[in-house]
Order: sequence, then structure tokens, then C-alpha cells
Amino acid sequence: MHRYIIKRLLMLIPVLLGVAFIIFAIMSVAEGDPVYQVAGPDATEEQLEALREEMGLNGSLIERYFRYIGNLLKGDLGVSYVTKLDVMQLYLQRLPNTLRLASIAMLVAVALSVPLGIVAAVNQNSWKDTLAMILALLGLSMPNFWLGLLLMLLFSLKLGWLPSGGAEGFTSVILPAVTVGVGLAALLTRTTRSSMLDVLRQDYLRTARAKGVSERKVVYVHALRNALIPIITIFGVQFSNVLGGSVLAETVFAWPGVGRLVVDAIDQRDIPTVTGALIMTTMLVTIVNLLVDIIYAYVDPRIKAQYTK
Amino acid sequence: MADNAERVSKLYKKRSSLGMAWRQLRRNKGAIIGMILLIFIIAGALLAPIVYDYNTDVIGMNVRDRMQWPSAEHICGTDDLGRDIFARIVYGARYSLAVGLVAVLIALVIGTVLGAAAGYIGGAFENVVMRICDIFSSIPSVLMAIAVVSSLGKSTINLMIAVGIASTAPFVRVARAAVLVVKDEEYIEAARAIGQPDWKIVAVHIIPNCLSQIIVQATLRVGSAIISAAQLSFLGLGVPAPAPEWGSMLSAGRLFIRDYSYMTLFPGIAIMITVLSLNLLGDGLRDALDPKLKR
Amino acid sequence: MENKGKEEITDREILNIENLRVRFETEDGIVYAVNGVNLKLGYRKTLGLVGETGAGKTTTALAMLRLVPDPPGVVECDRLEIDGQDVRGMSINRLEDVRGKDISMIFQDPMTALNPVLTVGEQIAESIEIHEHLHKDEALKKAGDMLELVGIPRARLGEYPHQFSGGMKQRVVIAIALACNPKLLIADEPTTALDVTIQAQVLELMTELKEKYNTSMIMITHDLGIVAEVCDEVAVMYAGKIVEQGSLEEVFGETLHPYTEGLFNSLPNIKNRTAWLKPIHGLMPDPTDLPPGCAFAPRCNYATEECSASCPALKNMGGTHFVACSAYERDPDFLLERRRKNG
Repeated sequence: MHRYIIKRLLMLIPVLLGVAFIIFAIMSVAEGDPVYQVAGPDATEEQLEALREEMGLNGSLIERYFRYIGNLLKGDLGVSYVTKLDVMQLYLQRLPNTLRLASIAMLVAVALSVPLGIVAAVNQNSWKDTLAMILALLGLSMPNFWLGLLLMLLFSLKLGWLPSGGAEGFTSVILPAVTVGVGLAALLTRTTRSSMLDVLRQDYLRTARAKGVSERKVVYVHALRNALIPIITIFGVQFSNVLGGSVLAETVFAWPGVGRLVVDAIDQRDIPTVTGALIMTTMLVTIVNLLVDIIYAYVDPRIKAQYTK
Repeated sequence: MADNAERVSKLYKKRSSLGMAWRQLRRNKGAIIGMILLIFIIAGALLAPIVYDYNTDVIGMNVRDRMQWPSAEHICGTDDLGRDIFARIVYGARYSLAVGLVAVLIALVIGTVLGAAAGYIGGAFENVVMRICDIFSSIPSVLMAIAVVSSLGKSTINLMIAVGIASTAPFVRVARAAVLVVKDEEYIEAARAIGQPDWKIVAVHIIPNCLSQIIVQATLRVGSAIISAAQLSFLGLGVPAPAPEWGSMLSAGRLFIRDYSYMTLFPGIAIMITVLSLNLLGDGLRDALDPKLKR
Repeated sequence: MENKGKEEITDREILNIENLRVRFETEDGIVYAVNGVNLKLGYRKTLGLVGETGAGKTTTALAMLRLVPDPPGVVECDRLEIDGQDVRGMSINRLEDVRGKDISMIFQDPMTALNPVLTVGEQIAESIEIHEHLHKDEALKKAGDMLELVGIPRARLGEYPHQFSGGMKQRVVIAIALACNPKLLIADEPTTALDVTIQAQVLELMTELKEKYNTSMIMITHDLGIVAEVCDEVAVMYAGKIVEQGSLEEVFGETLHPYTEGLFNSLPNIKNRTAWLKPIHGLMPDPTDLPPGCAFAPRCNYATEECSASCPALKNMGGTHFVACSAYERDPDFLLERRRKNG
């Protein structure tokens, strides 16, 4: 098992280098030379050249990329054009907020979707199933930021129950988390249902029933444990979408997370901040995916055995 | 002679399997609802210029009529510049559908070609393509699109490219998987045995066989591409003002949400119904074309 | 005390089913799987339920445990008693007490019968926990005993099903079924999915354990060799009905039904190795569209027109021997070819 984890960690390195390169390359073709932006219209050619050197913008793309990676390994993401603050620090300041939002959103998603998916599968083709599937379809079809606006309208502006923005106190996380969680919940409801339907057909449930296991235990112990395996996989894949969704929710609810940082930085053409935040976010996604794969291996003894041999 | 007979039987087979899928689809209530909704939306988008004049009704200001709640005259009300929201929504369908379709087309072409080539060629090439695919899927697609738009600049075309690039990876995966399944079938070996060139085998035998999966994937992706585009416009990175894009209408409406909530309501409903109809149709197509995937 | 009990139970049955009917209502039509089966089985007896695939043997067995999936299955019967208890009207809670304790079942395919994410020990212990109300540790200890009983070292208790071979898995399935000393054990083709060499071992193990624990058994099989080896009584099923029933000697020695004869003829003859096999021609009728008369008539060498007109009932032909064939009504002296040859 340890060898499996080490192998996966090693495989992470080229992926992370690739991620950094792609983001770095995309951000480098950004139109307009940032040097003009910083130096102002009256700067001379020498001043511009000196500034270029200072900002680390001299040399070819490849040269700059390796310099960037070298700094990244030291934990240095450069300095924001706008605030002149250290990008790594900016990012780390915002990260806890985003993680809080993302994890509560995922909890909301699981709490809504797994029971709904199980009920739908156990009562296949009944009105409960139809209702659950309609809800899931609506959840998938609804743009999350619009849902966020509607929630804000109802629960904070009309009813006044919850704050409409900011990150003060526990209640402020509820609306953004529901906003992000509903889309994931819709997807997970479908996955849970189809995975449960698959498992409910299996012979080993008949064996369990034949030895007198109660129907409740058949569903929640024997079936669910098998059905969870594909659900966990989806969970890992979707973490990236949760972070993406939180960019929108953070904008709607003025939540001071990484998403806001990126959107504001783009507005101000603050390339180092955008690049740094994107690279760090993607690394986070990759590491979470690795963790999910490891959990997956622990849940499914067949996979665990494959790697312990 | 034999060649002809073979061709006829092949055609017959193709038609009958398509016919079967169509019969399946017709029995699926959700798919029919989705199709009808979609026809209405497309018809509305196409006919919009006949009913509304773009310059006066859609982007022209009319300050006297500003901020009117829905009424018989303006069934969705008017916005802060006095423009009829319904007219803007109907026109906006053109943007959303165009962005969704073109973005998916970009993703489909690049993704299918890369995926099919990866699956067929295999080896190091396949490895490289799939790793790049991994890299792209670990960047959250909203952030990916944000990066592309902010780097290329704000315009409708760039929005299409950004959303397209961000949704390419799934097509690569689907195409590769489909190719891997059919690659070792006997009729492919037969084609190879009679000396058909690789490109012809891929184009004539392999791609048509994974077409159904790609169609399903594409239909479902148009919906999410429309949402992505609306998200970017909402963030101010999409179709530039004053064009009536649904996402930017929501972004504008948001400023007045407390007192004029209808401005936030209707563009969102438009996005939801459009995506819903695409999802209904896509689910129906999946069940009809790919019985293996059926729940 | 034990002797007294023994005498008392000899005139009662472990199993008593009357007029069991099961149908599956599917989109493509109604499948009539079991069409009026009566079965009685005495304590410590073994009944062989014989017939080809699709005859309704497994469905009959599942109906005894009330495990026929519903929907699409619909089960009806006039009587369903296990050890004198009416299973038909039993509450779900009560039924769960009966399953695994009074009656348990060994399933056909050991590859799919075990839960892949639970250890073998957990799966055996679960039954013991439920029925003997033991703590988990004690139940696991007893599960270890069961594992040793079926010839697997106790140390493998913590392993998962995928770590076992097919034959080993079937032993585990047997250990689960026997964990709480059931009074009635249903074995549904327990050896079909196994290698021939393993088949004999598993069969031997089962008969040995059955003797040891005084279990009654229903052996579902299409293999007449197994029936001859382990069964006291035989019931032959065809298209959801019992067509011939009796003691092993009666059915094997004085075969009455043309279908049973057909089954024997399909076996290779050891005494005459050059003889051709005589398979039963044709296929079992479509269970969604059963013929109005005798379901076997279209394949029967002795069939007359009357056979396809009316459905013969099961009739006593002396002793405990029953047959459902109208040939004996028309001609009391009717003899199958097999009987004529055997004299």
C-alpha cells in the first residue's frame, strides 16, 4: 500500500509541472505588455527594460517558466502587480475561507444526495423515484450563481434569516455552501441511484436476505458499502468543479476566498496573482484526487489487494 | 456484386439501428418534452429579428420605460435602461445557443480527433495525450475558461474558444474509450487484412461506431457549455455589453435584486429551461443509443 | 427425551407446500414460472428437485423463503409451512427470524453469492449474531468453527471473497447456510459452477454435515447422478409443474413419466458405451405462452391428440409414487419403453 502511495506521489510531479506550464503559458500570451501598465505611458525604453528584469519578464517563455518553477519550489509565487504583496501570502490568506466553503458545500451535497439516491433506487419507478430524479435534473440544469441569487433574495433580503454576504459568523457560510452544493448533490443523487440499482440486483444481497438480515441492514450495510465505491470516485472528480463553483458563489456572496482573489486580479490584470492562484488551486485538486484514490483503495478490498501484493 | 450486397446489408443495418433508437426516443416522455422545448427556443432565436428590432428594442435605451414590473405590455418587465427584458431574453437565446454549440463543436472536433488517434495509435502518443487530458481535467473548468478569456481578451469568439477548451477533455476520453472497444473487433482486423490505410479504417469503421456515444456526450455538454458561458458573462468576462447575454443580464439584475427581483428571475429561468431541455434530450438519447448505460 | 421428540416429529413435515404458483409480470408479458406445486418433506429426509434449466426449481425454492423479487414476482399458494409454521402470513420480522435459522439456502453461483466488501468471517458471523444473539467477538469465534468445519483454516476468517477459489467460496457459502443449524437446507445446484473434481468434495461435505446435524434437505439439480447419491425422494419438475414424484427407488426403478424417461435417456449408458445418447428433442415451452394441455406433449414420443387438449393432474400410482400423465388414464397397463426393457 505504501508503495502504491509513493508511486502515485511520483506520478503527481509531471502532472503538476504540466499544469503549471499550461497555466503559465496561457497567462503569458495575455494581451498587452504588463510593463507598460506598471511603468505608465511616459517611461523610456531603458526604464521599461529595467522594469522587465525586475518583474522577471525577460527571456523566453521556457526560461521564465523554469525560473518560475524554481521560485515555486521555494514557495515563492512572485509579487502582485497591484498590491505589491506576496502572492503566496495572498493565496494562503484566502485559502481557509475557500476550503471552509468547499467542505461544507460537499457535506451539504452528500447529506442531500445520498439519502435521496438510496430512496430513489429502493423505490425504483415509484413516485419517490420520479420526484428525486426531477429534483436532480433541475439541480443539474440550474446555473449555480442564479440559484445563489434566488437564495439570497429569499433568505436574506425577504426573510432576513441569513446574511447576504461576507464571512462573519457561521451563518454566513450557509447560503454560499448550498449554492455550490446543489449542483454536486444533483450529480451525486444520480450516481447514488444508478450505483445502488446496480448493487441491488446482485446475488449477494439475496444471500444476506436468506440468512435473515433485515431489509434495512441489507440496504444500508450490504448494498450501500458496495454502492459507495463509484460514489467516492465521483466525489474526487467533482472536487475540481466544487472549487470552480465556489468562484461564482464567492462573487455572489462577497465571500473572501480564492475565487474572489482570482476574479478581482483578472479585473486588475494582475497576472502573477492569477497565475499563482490558479496553479495552487489545481495542485490542491490533484492532491485531493490522490487522497480520494487512496480512500477508494481502502474501501474496496479488491483494489487494496492489488497493491499490497 | 458481392460488394453491393454487402453495402446494402450494411445500410440496412445502419438504418434499422437508427430506427430502433428513434422508436426508443419517442417512447421517452422526458426526451419528447426536451425536444419540443428546444424547438421552441430555437424557433424563438431564429425569429427574434422579425419581431424585435435589435437597435431599438434590444440595445436601445428608453429611459421613460425603465424599471417596469412585468405587465401586459412588457411580460418580463423592463431593465434599468428601459429595455424590454423579454425581447432581450429572446435575442439572448441566439448568443447562448451559438456559444454553447460552437464551444462544443470545438471541443468535439479537437477531442474526438485526439482521443481517436490516441486510442488507435496507442503507445507513447496515447500516454502523452491522456496525461495532458489529466492535467486539463484537474484545472477547474471555470478557472480554465477564466484564464483563457482573460488572456485572449473579452469577446464572443474568445468566450467560445475558452469554453470549448475547458470542455475538450471529456471528448478525448469518450472517443479513446470507444475506439479501444471497437479497435480489436474482427471487422477492423478484416479491414486491416485487406490493406486499408489507417486513416480510412479510423474514418470509415471506427468513428461511425463511436458516434452514438459522442452524440450523447455532445448533447449533454451543450447544456453545461451554456452554463459556463453564462458564468463567465456573469463575472464580466463573456459577451461584452450591451449585447443581451443571459449571464450578463443576471449580472446587471443583481444590482437591483432587492427592489426589482424580476430582473434576476427571468434570464435565469431562460438559462434553466434551455439547459433542462438539452439535458432531457441528452438523457433520452443516451438511453436510446446506448442501452448499456441505461440506468 | 431426544427419542421422544423424534417419534413426535416423524408424522409432521418440515415442509408442506400446497398449490404454489409464481408468475413474473414483466413488460414483455407474464412469465408463468411455477404453476401449482405441492411438496411435502419429512424430517431428516432429502428431496431431489430435478428438471432442466427454466423448469421453475429455483423459483420454487425462493418462494419457500419468500425471496421472490416483488415486483415483478407474484407468489400465491394455499399453504406454505416450514416446521409447522405458516410462512405465508408471517410478519417481516418473524420471517427474518425464520430465514437462516429454520430454513437456509445455498445458492448456485458461489462467485456472486458473497459480498465482495465484507470479510468471509463477517459474513458467516452475521447469521450467528442475528439468530443466536451473540456478541460480535463470540459470533466471529463460532464463524471460525464453521470455517474449520467446511475444511478451511480458521486463519482465513479475515480474508475477502476474492481471495478464495470457486470451490472455497462454495464452502464459505455452505458455512453461512449451516451456521445456525437450520432444520431445512435448500441447496440450489451447489456444484454446477464448480470443477468436476471439486464437485465430489463439496457434495460429500454437504451430506456429511447434513447427517451430523440432522438437517432435512432439498437438493435442486439437473444431475441425476447427484440425486441417486444423496436423495431419499425425488420430484421431477417440468414447465413449473411436478410431473413425477416418489421415493428414489420408485422414480429411478419404476419410472412413470415420459419426461423422466427422457432425462435418463440423455445420460451416457455405462453398460453399453456404443449406444447413442437419446436427447429429448425440442425445447421447453415458452413460459409466457404455455400450451393448454400437457406442457410436455409437444416433445413427448407417446403423446396423442388428447394430451394437448387437457392438463393431466398428479395421480397416485401406488405407494408414494405420483405421476401426471394421461397415458395411464387411457390405458392402466401403459408402460414406458424403459420399463419394458428393464422388465
